[in-house]
Amino acid sequence: MGLPDGESVRGLRGWLSRLAPLRQGDEGRPDPGEPVDGDPCPVVASKALPKFLSHLETRPAPVLLDLGCVVGPNITYFGDRLNCKVVVEDLFADLERHVRQGERDAFPAFLSDRFRLEAESVDGVLVWDLYDFLDRASARALAAVLVRLMRTDGALFGFFGTGGRSGLGCAKYIVIDDSHLRERARESTLERQGPLQNRDIIKMFDGMRVAEAFLLKTGRREMLFRKGGGGRPII
Amino acid sequence: MRQMDKEAFIVGKSVVFKGELSGSEDLVVEGTVEGKVELREHVLTVGSNGKLKAEVFAKIVIVLGEVVGNITATEKVELRESGSVDGDVTAPRVGIAEGAHLRGSVDMQKKPAVAAAPVQAAKPDAKLAPLPAGVPVSGAPRAAGA
Repeated sequence: MGLPDGESVRGLRGWLSRLAPLRQGDEGRPDPGEPVDGDPCPVVASKALPKFLSHLETRPAPVLLDLGCVVGPNITYFGDRLNCKVVVEDLFADLERHVRQGERDAFPAFLSDRFRLEAESVDGVLVWDLYDFLDRASARALAAVLVRLMRTDGALFGFFGTGGRSGLGCAKYIVIDDSHLRERARESTLERQGPLQNRDIIKMFDGMRVAEAFLLKTGRREMLFRKGGGGRPII
Repeated sequence: MRQMDKEAFIVGKSVVFKGELSGSEDLVVEGTVEGKVELREHVLTVGSNGKLKAEVFAKIVIVLGEVVGNITATEKVELRESGSVDGDVTAPRVGIAEGAHLRGSVDMQKKPAVAAAPVQAAKPDAKLAPLPAGVPVSGAPRAAGA
């Protein structure tokens, strides 16, 4: 068998070059869990985040409530890209303080007075995985508050564990792009509570509906709620 | 107060000032200031020992110490690693470094910052967790000054 001629080699190269990008994952971005930029913290793909961002994009100057700790790159991302006014209310820190002081039982009552925002003033809420750390009473109290603060058609983005991550502590999430988050461990003594059932979550957010729900391979449920608009839950 | 160089004054560690502080040069606060600070065309630096319980209006605000009150900057606000803000921040560019504390809102709307009618002051009892790194990340816009 002789050597391939030039045209055959060019054809083979073209064929391989078409295959190569597929190895790098979606649009050349790193695969989930792969460190990027020298940062050892894992990058995870998100299915619901793009939907959440799409919702915010429809608002001229959305008010975004972030229930995690303040994250510089997130503030820049949401402020620059979506013109958001970002309200940071770190409930993880509040919860930790209550737990540390032995006042966990008082946390539901604390939540009802926690926010300075007016009713129906928020376009989007980033809950992250806060619900994994809340007891049932606190979870219900927070849901009631968030429903009250949310504007009609507002969106809420959160993660809900399925029990597989019970040993892990808190994390903070850094938005890398429209569909990827970097997960970085956060110094905390909070422990995850038992996972919530879908029906309990839906019942808790009475007044909102599940617009999107994804069960990821990591065992995390990503859920996007919308206020009002009726419709049946997707899950 | 003493002059640090030609253009900046420093409020020393032992100084406690109450009232309205305004000027047309840069200012570094290492002491305590309560009331209102207005340096509309200049830079206010709250040093690592500085404590402000004040409404702040400046061109650029750099926070290494503590601020309780709202900050409005016409250019940018930088919250450094040791900095803490309990109040609302309004500026076209905001940089927040890892380890900084913030409780309040951040408004980076592209309209010019308006100094009038500051919004409701933040609760003073905030305790916040450390921040993640303000490192630039792929695909995300540049973190200003972080």
